[in-house]
Formats: sequence, structure tokens, C-alpha cells
Amino acid sequence: MLRASEKPNAVMAHLPALRVLLRHINCLIPPPRTSMPALCTIRATCHFLLLSPKPRKLHATATSKGPENHALLLNRDERVARNVTPSDVVEKGSTIAAIVTSLGGPPGAVGIVRLSGPSAVSVAGRVFRPAKRSKNNDWKPMSHVVEYGVVLDSEGNVIDEVLAVPMLAPKSYTREDVVEIQCHGSEVCLRRVLRTCLEAGATLAQPGEFTLRAFLNGRLDLSQAENVGRLITAKSVAAADAALAGIQACLTRIWFDLILQCNKISLRMQCIELLTEIEARLDFEDEMPPLDLNIIMDKIHSMSQDVESALEAENYDRLLQSGLQIAIVGRPNVGKSSLLNAWSKSERAIVTEIAGTTRDVIEASVSVNGIPITLLDTAGIRDTDDVVEKIGVERSEAVARGADLIIMTVSAVEGWTSEDTKLLERIQSAKSSTGSLIPVILAVNKIDCNPRAETDWDRGCQSHDIFSKRVFTCAVTGQGLQDLERAVLELVGLDAIPSGGRQWTVNQRQCEQLVRTKEALERLQSSIKEELPLDFWTIDLRDAALSLGQIIGEDISEEVLSNIFGKFCIGK
Amino acid sequence: MATTTLFTLHLCRFGQSFSKKLFSTSPSSDTLLNPHHVTFHHKLRRPNSSSVPAFFRRFSAVAAASTSGEANYDGIGTADEKYDVIVVGGGHAGCEAALASARLGARTLLLTLNIDRIAWQPCNPAVGGPAKSQLVHEVDALGGEIGKIADRCYLQKRVLNVSRGPAVRALRAQTDKREYAMQMKSVVESTPNLSIREAMVTDILLGKNDNVEGVCTFFGMKFYAPSVVLTTGTFMSGKIWVGRTSMPAGRAGESASHGLTENLQRLGFETDRLKTGTPARVDIRTVDFSGLEPQHGDKEVSWFSFDPDVHIEREQMCCYLTRTTGRTHQIIRDNLHETPTYGGWVEAKGPRYCPSIEDKIVRFQDKESHQIFLEPEGRSVPELYVQGFSTGLPERLQLPLLRTLPGLENCSMLRPAYAVEYDYLPAHQCARSLMTKKIQGLFFSGQINGTTGYEEAAAQGIISGINAARYADGKQLIVLERESSYIGTLIDDLVTKDLREPYRMLTSRSEHRLLLRSDNADSRLTPLAHEIGLIDDRRWKLYQEKQARISEEKKRLRSVRISGGDLAAEVSRVSGQPVRDSSTLESLLKKPHMQYGILDEHGFGNIELSRIEKECVEIDIKYEGFILRQQSQLQQMVTQQHRQLPEDLDYHMITTLSIEAREKLSKVRPQTIGQASRVGGVSPADITALLIVLEANRRKAQEQSRYKIMNAMRAKALEEEVPEVSCTETVSS
Repeated sequence: MLRASEKPNAVMAHLPALRVLLRHINCLIPPPRTSMPALCTIRATCHFLLLSPKPRKLHATATSKGPENHALLLNRDERVARNVTPSDVVEKGSTIAAIVTSLGGPPGAVGIVRLSGPSAVSVAGRVFRPAKRSKNNDWKPMSHVVEYGVVLDSEGNVIDEVLAVPMLAPKSYTREDVVEIQCHGSEVCLRRVLRTCLEAGATLAQPGEFTLRAFLNGRLDLSQAENVGRLITAKSVAAADAALAGIQACLTRIWFDLILQCNKISLRMQCIELLTEIEARLDFEDEMPPLDLNIIMDKIHSMSQDVESALEAENYDRLLQSGLQIAIVGRPNVGKSSLLNAWSKSERAIVTEIAGTTRDVIEASVSVNGIPITLLDTAGIRDTDDVVEKIGVERSEAVARGADLIIMTVSAVEGWTSEDTKLLERIQSAKSSTGSLIPVILAVNKIDCNPRAETDWDRGCQSHDIFSKRVFTCAVTGQGLQDLERAVLELVGLDAIPSGGRQWTVNQRQCEQLVRTKEALERLQSSIKEELPLDFWTIDLRDAALSLGQIIGEDISEEVLSNIFGKFCIGK
Repeated sequence: MATTTLFTLHLCRFGQSFSKKLFSTSPSSDTLLNPHHVTFHHKLRRPNSSSVPAFFRRFSAVAAASTSGEANYDGIGTADEKYDVIVVGGGHAGCEAALASARLGARTLLLTLNIDRIAWQPCNPAVGGPAKSQLVHEVDALGGEIGKIADRCYLQKRVLNVSRGPAVRALRAQTDKREYAMQMKSVVESTPNLSIREAMVTDILLGKNDNVEGVCTFFGMKFYAPSVVLTTGTFMSGKIWVGRTSMPAGRAGESASHGLTENLQRLGFETDRLKTGTPARVDIRTVDFSGLEPQHGDKEVSWFSFDPDVHIEREQMCCYLTRTTGRTHQIIRDNLHETPTYGGWVEAKGPRYCPSIEDKIVRFQDKESHQIFLEPEGRSVPELYVQGFSTGLPERLQLPLLRTLPGLENCSMLRPAYAVEYDYLPAHQCARSLMTKKIQGLFFSGQINGTTGYEEAAAQGIISGINAARYADGKQLIVLERESSYIGTLIDDLVTKDLREPYRMLTSRSEHRLLLRSDNADSRLTPLAHEIGLIDDRRWKLYQEKQARISEEKKRLRSVRISGGDLAAEVSRVSGQPVRDSSTLESLLKKPHMQYGILDEHGFGNIELSRIEKECVEIDIKYEGFILRQQSQLQQMVTQQHRQLPEDLDYHMITTLSIEAREKLSKVRPQTIGQASRVGGVSPADITALLIVLEANRRKAQEQSRYKIMNAMRAKALEEEVPEVSCTETVSS
């Protein structure tokens, strides 16, 4: 049921309960002659309830009689309880600690253990001994002043030489007291420091708990919290920049004005204008000129397209986060490793004239328009009896199956060979096994050794339209690498993005809303097609506007109304 | 004491039956008797003998105290002055409030400035229209009166938005305004438990606990009741304007009520001023209709009420359409300085959807002509309402202005157009039960809450009437959630939004209107009304039978299949879609442009169903997908929106809220997150901040309780020997 009762006030709320109580008392004590003594009993009981020295137990009885007699007694109760509770820790929450720099990789010079919570300073004070030791035992740090000292374990042994950075509430990331201990970057040091902190009274932070606290304490809003996560996991400079921009300026609104404006009125405004047109006719039927359905249809169509292009930004954003995996495959000795070296501007792979030099998968990172790309150089695929090379070939095929994109390399000198055809079949079978099509770029390498290949190629080999793109490259001179990058971008649908990367991105939540907008617009179009009455159009338009509105967040009813009154002359 | 009460009851009942014999003009007034009042008296008398309900005791004690200084005529006349509910004002809100309260068995007193003006229609002689008709259907489904009276007194009826979807289909009736007032008056007069008295209420009597105890009138009378409903309309410090001239009045020719505003302000209520207006009336006999476009009523008449007893067709009258001319616009432009708004001597805001003709011409300068509707005001009066032509121009210019309209070249004016300014109390001072937050037992309804329109007034009236009676009876108050009804939406808007212009219900205000249609108003609200006692057994039986027929028919349509034949051919022709063999009738009905009528034509309909029932079946089946989707969306939203906000939340302490949000939320004090989000000036970021605070408080409470449990366990372990004192013992000691 959508009906509910409300509590007019505490007194009202208590009446039924008191009456129940009264009836209860009537059973226990002799019935009063008139009703007035009964009233006195109520009053008395009431006062008694409030002044009772043991209110908690009474409250327990009260709640058992119904939820409405909640308010009054509970509050009194809590005040009493607070006096008995000495511990501030419980009041304010626990103090958490964790290693906040990365572990597992090669050790950095410095690593950080962070403490956050009301007793962060006292916990730190127990483990940290400043070099300039004050006579007072308690550590009383100045906020945002770095102190040099050592960390001691419970037995007083020095564990590490550290810098302590106190950031006192509320001027800290979590808005709680925060102490960051910068110690040496090796895992051993970090774990030992953390352990002493935990022994000194901190609890281990759950993943993301610092950010959760920042969010709960109002330091970050939701989209900012999301951006922090992105900054931490950002793989490339462009991704980090986009995430930083998000944190620094609460740019949600700005992003969407950018995305959805497209040099005209924002998409949401367009929804609202359409709603205005339609709703004005529903509320003021006989005062409005008829609606031009064609114009409405056109508008809806162009809105769908705008949403599509906004979703493209999401695609870019996803790539910024996860990056692309590109497998370079081909027969032995066509120059795969040279290509990788040339592209990544490194000597990552060993290059020799001997076919089958590369036995294992070799990775190298490049960045194309801000998108982090992992290049995977593979062993040349051929039938071989060499046990080691055989394993290498199997790995090559596995890598090809898992990649986002495959660059199949052939040699311009040798041209297309029957082995290439075979290899292509193998890749294709791999593709069909995963079910989804992995785009393949054909790279005709060693073009410098056979410049005529560029013109001859098309005539020489036909029927290779399974390649999504074809480029001519020379790993030695670097020729064609830019074409290769462009081909990659085109294939992942990001060719329109300027080389510096976009200034804004769409995050997952925002993307969801865009998808909902898109769905709403699709439903709208089908409603129109099925010739459903006008009112049904407004349902999906409202949905679309609401989805967009949640991004930048506003109530639409009032807006539609002011629009109607502003735009049309209605009202009798 | 008990005998006094009983005596009063007898007296009251005697008076009622007496007046019924004298004034029983309406043939159906007997049917209006609600059997529930009998049970109420039972309820009252039973506690008298054993334990009297709290309100009675509280009430008697105070009454004795306040009358102690005066001569005591207890048992002769003064007993009459004690009621359960007092309703101040006899307009559309007041009538519904008084009727609902009396029908729920509460002894109700209706105080009005002029008994001859009960349920008067001072402006447009019409009921219904988009969104407003939904309100009327809903009030009727709750057992209210407005729909029945409109059905009895219509001059013309039309369904608007016929082809634009079931949710926006709207019935509008032109009404005979004298007949309307007389019908409503006779219903009010013949309702048991309801007394009427002419009086100007000037003050509210307060009890010790910020509760209302009664009202005080201009002539010094005091009437006592634990519940008081104020429906002051445009009368509170009302002032009417024609041109530059003004006089204190609630309506033309009726005196305003003075003193109440000041006393409410003294109690700490915030008041403000609003303005509205009404156009001139012309003599129908002086209008030449020959060149005007007529607007006829529907051939097949629709009804507001779900009660078939009032479905009695009558002859319809015609409305006409005319337009403003260049000459009209010229006169207005030349005399703008003579109008209150543009001359600058009235500041109160008028409604945007009811702009004066000068507003329309100034704001939409490129429009060469505006539509003007001519509507008769009754069968026996020569007055014609000139809709769309309200103006603040002085009277001397009004007739020349009217005569610029085609058809009105030689018209004579019966009443001039005028504007009225009045006091209202921004409704954020009310809870959703319409009881004020400051004073227990005091309810506001109608224009005092800043609304406009008879339907909006009636909708609030019935809710405040129900709640006033329930409050007096010590029962929980009823709140209609926003998503449950247009009434709920209306009240939610009123109490959360900071409205500074008269509020009119519009379909665009309702986010889930597909679920809030006129056709399902009864299935949404009648069960509630029956439960609380406003729908009698006859209506309840009718309702249940109707629902049974509808669900049977839906079942039948799902099971009956056809293959080929005339029906299939016609359906595929109409819908442009092929009809597969062995299709159910339900699947046929779902096809575009397909209507139940086509089933009827081919003998596949159900002749036992009424037209209204067939329509319900058709809507339920045809739009099933949309309705289900809306319902699930609503469900998702409701779980979030209905999260309660603690009543003692100190918004000023929540520093993550914007300053504006802190101020607005402290002022409005919303009850749920959903309401908070609708408060003007509260951004989604503020709502996130609020959610965070709730979440943080929840975690804190959780941790505290965990700590307490641990402490208790520790304490228990330490003091095993201390005996537990049982709770009952503590209470009875």
C-alpha cells in the first residue's frame, strides 16, 4: 500500500501506548470510580517513565508495544547511556592503518603507511620517536609539519628511519586525524612498520576504506571518490590527468555540458523542451496549436545521435583505464620483434637474422593518444619439432586469442606465402573459438627492401578482406609506424580523438545513465512507431531527461512547468 | 459528567433529525446517511462507562477551567458549543472537510460567514479538466461530495485529451453555479452530526500543550473542539481591486474576515499574500452568438462519481468561442498604467496559468489574437462567464474592452472583473496530514495553503476532514503518499515546495501519472476509504462487484482464442498488423488502434460490462507493459525516497550541506529523503550529503550498540549475583 500513517508528535504517538498501559494497570489495581483518577494514573505513569532511574529497561518494554512510542524515551535513554560510556573510540569510530603505496613491484625508495582515525596521533605517538625528543612523553605534532625520527617496536628496537607527516582533522584526506609514516620502500620495512601500528591499537583498513571515510565524512562526493579510484589505477598520463581533473574541480557538470551541448542546447534541455511542447498540450488542450510530429521525430533522432557520441567518450574512457593488448603475430623472421622495438623505441626484444629467435612472449608498452597499449611480441608461428619453439608457438596462439587487436606481420620481400595463408587460418580458427571477432591489421614489413611491394601488393594477393586494415611498415626506418597507430585508433573507434587525449571523460556511473538515456530514446521511438498516444511519449522523454538529470541533477517537473508558462500563452 | 455528554448527543441528534425533516429537499439525501456514525457513538459511549478516551478528558477539564469565570449554563445551551471538529469556512474545502468529519461520526460544526454562499463558485462555473478531474475522481473514491454534485448540476460535459492516453483523459463539466451551491448546501444541512452556524472566526483558542481547543468569533462566542480546520479561502484580510480602487472584501459584495491573520501570526505562523482575479460577467441576452464557433458537449456523457446513483443525464448547454481583436490589444496597451500590476500598486503574485488579459498581451506581443470562451453560468440566470478575459483595468474601461470582442459588440456587463488579494499561510507549516506542525489539532485546507481551484480545495478538504475527525478520536492520521494519488502529489508539493504563487494541479506535476488515472481512482483509494469508514456498505459492494467483473473479463479475454474470421480481418485492417491463428482476444486488444468496441461489434464483447468497465479492461490490457514498467520503477524509487529523516536532525550542524539547503531544510523539516529532494534550493549533492549523514549515524549507532552489548556482557560477567528487576514490576510500583 502506498498509504502510511505519520506521527503528528510525540504526545499523540504515545496516546495509544498509554491507553494500553492504562488498561494494563486497570487490571492490576482496583478500577477507579470515575475517570479522573485514571487520568492521574496516566500522568503519574508518564512522569515515572521519564524520571525513572533505570530508563533503559523501561524502554525495552515500550518498544515491544509498538514502534510509535519510540522517540521520547530513546532520547532520554541515550543521554544517560552516554554518561556511563567512557570510551571516545566507540563514539568516533576506530583508527585504521594500511600501506598505501604499491607492493609487489620492484621496491621504491620510499613507502608510506597511513593511519587515520581519532586516535591516529596517539597510535603514531606510541610507535614513532622524533629525533628532537621533547621531555613530555606524548607526541604533540603540528599539523602538516614533517618530523624526522624512528619507528620503534613494542620492545623498543628501532625498526626503520622514517618521516612522519601529521595531518590533523579536518585538514586531511579523510577529514579525520591522519598520520603518514614515510619509511623505506622495501616490503619488509613497510610490513614491519604496519605491524607495529596495528600492535599499537590501529586496525587494518579494508580496501578503499580511506576513501570511504573521506566520502562518509563529506570530504569527497561520489564522483570525486570514483575519480580517486581511477587516479590510483590510472595506467597512463592521460588517464591520470582526466582523473585529476575530476577530483580538482567537481567537473561533472562541466563535462556534461561539454559532451551534451555539442555547440547547441544541452541534450537534457532538448528533452525538456520536447516535454514542454507535449505537456503544454496535455494540460491546456484547447488553447494550443497542434503539434508538428515530424519536427518532434527529427529532434528525437538527433538526440539519439548525441547520446551515441557521448557514449563514445565512455569507450575512450574504458580504454584509458584498461588499455589495449595488441598481439604481433606472423611467420618466423618477418620482423615482428624489430617492429616491437621500433614502435616502443626500445631494445626490448632480441633481434637476429635467425628465424625463431623469439621463443617467449615479450611485452612492451607504448602510448597512443594517451591510451596505454601493451605490445606482445610472439614467437613466429610455424610447424616445428623443436620442443621449446613448439611451446612458444602455442603461447603465440594463446596470446593472439586473448588480444584486443592482432597485427599480422608479413615480409614485403617474400610477399604473401602459402604459410601465411595457413597461419591466417589458424588465427581465424582461434577467433571463431572465442566467438567474438578480433580485428586484424596486416602489416607488410620490410617495405624498404622491396619498395615496389606497395603498388604490387594489391594485385599480388586478393581475397584478404578479412584484414580490417593494411599498412606498410619498415621497422628499421620507422616508416609506416604512424599509419599503424592511426589504424589501431580507427579500429577501436577513437580516430576522432585529438592526440593529447580528451579533456573530459565519462565514468561508469555516468555511462550507465547515458545508456539509460539511450534506451529511453529507443523506447520513445518505438512508441511513436506504434502510434501510441501522446502521453506515452512523455514517459520515456521524462525517463531520458531524468537519466540525464541524475548526472547533473535537477528536478524536471518545475522546469517543464516554468517552460510551459514562459513559452506559451496559456491560461484562461 | 457522563450524563451531560449523553444529553448533548441526544440534543444533537434531535436537532439533526428535525432539520432533516424541515429541509430535506434533495431526494437522495437519505442515501447520504452514513451508517458509520452509529458505530462511532457506540465507541464514544463505551469508554464513557469505563475509561473515557484521552481527548474527552483533556477537553472537559479545560472547558471547565475557561468557563469558570462566566455564568454557567451547563446543560442548557453551552453544551452545544463543544464539538469534536470545527470547520471554519463553507467553501469547497470546508464542505468536504465538514462532510468527511461528520460522516466519520465526529460531531462537527461548520462556521461560515454567510450560509447562503455555501459551496459558491465565485469564478469559473466549471469542475474538472486536466489533472483537476483526477482530483475530483479521487475525492469521490474517498467518499467525498464534489464529484456527485458536479454530476448532478452539469450544464455541459466534455472529455478532453480523448486520444492522448488514458492518464491524461480528463472530464470537464460546466456547472450551474446556483444549483451547485444549493445542492451542496442541502447535502451539508441534511448530514447527521453536522451543524452549521454563521460566524466570523477571529481567533484560535489554545490549550496548554500547543494544542488547539476551539475558536473565538468576532461577537465573542467561543466554540470548543480538539480539532479545528481553517478553510478561509480569499476571505482572510481579503481586499478586492477594480482599477485603482479597492475595498476590504473576500468576494465582491461579501465582507472580508479580519483579525485572524494577526492572531495566527501571533502564534508564530508565517503569512504571505496572494492575488487572483475573475473576469467580467455579461448578459447572455445581449450577445450575438450567430457568428461564433459553438462548443457542444459530448454526446455520450461521462461521470465524475463512481456511484451510479448520480449518473442521471440531463440536457446540455452550449459554450462559444470568440477571440480578441486588434482593437482589444490597442485599448489594453493604451491603458496599461491603469492596471494594478503594471501601474505597480499591487505586488502580490497572481497565477501564471491564469494570466490576466493584459499579461498575455504584454508577454506575448507577437500573438495577434487570444481565444476567449463564453460559458453560461446557469440554466436560470442570464450571466455569461467570459473566460480568459480577467483584467485589472478600471470598471469604466471594462465595457468598451468587452465590446471589442466579436459577438459582444452590444453586450451589457452584469458584474465587473476584479482582482482579490488575500492572506495565506505557506503550507510548509503543515505536515502531510494537513495538520500544522506548530499547533496540534489545527488543520489548514484550500486557498489558505496557497492553492487555487475548487478541486484542489476539495481534495485538501476531505483529507483534513478525515484527519481532524481521527485526531479528535485519538486515531493515527492518514497521509496519502505522493505516488498514491494526485491528492498526495498536491499535498506533497504544498508542504515541501516554497510556493509563492497560487498552486494549480497540472498533469505535468505528477511523475507517475500513468498509474494515477481517473479510471483507477476507485481501486486506488476506495479500499482505504472503506477501511476508515467513509465508504458505506452499498458503495463498497458496488465497488467489489465492479472489480470482480473487470478481473473476470480480463481472464476471459486471455482464454478466448480466435482463428481467422471477420474479427481477425478487421483487426489486421485497423492495426496494420497480421493476426496469427489462434490469437487470444487479449493479444488482439494489444494491437495498435484496436479498441474494445471492435470486439463488441463482432460479438466478442461482454454485454454485462458497463462502458466504464470496458474502458478499464481495455486500458489494463492495452498498456500493461507500460504500467508494469512504471510500477517497478516506482517501487525502486519508493524504497529510496521513503527513507525517513530523523525528526530531530539538526541541519545547521551538517556542514556538508550548502548554506541554502541548511536553511530550507530547517524551515521545511521534510519527513523523508524524497521530500527533502523536492524542497527548492536542495541540490542532489545535498541529498548525497544527507544520505552520508544518515549512513554515518547508522554506523555510529551500530558501533555504539555493539559496544553496549559487549559492556553489558562484561558487566553481567562481573556482577552475576545482582538480580534482574522485571519491567512490569517497575511499572506497577
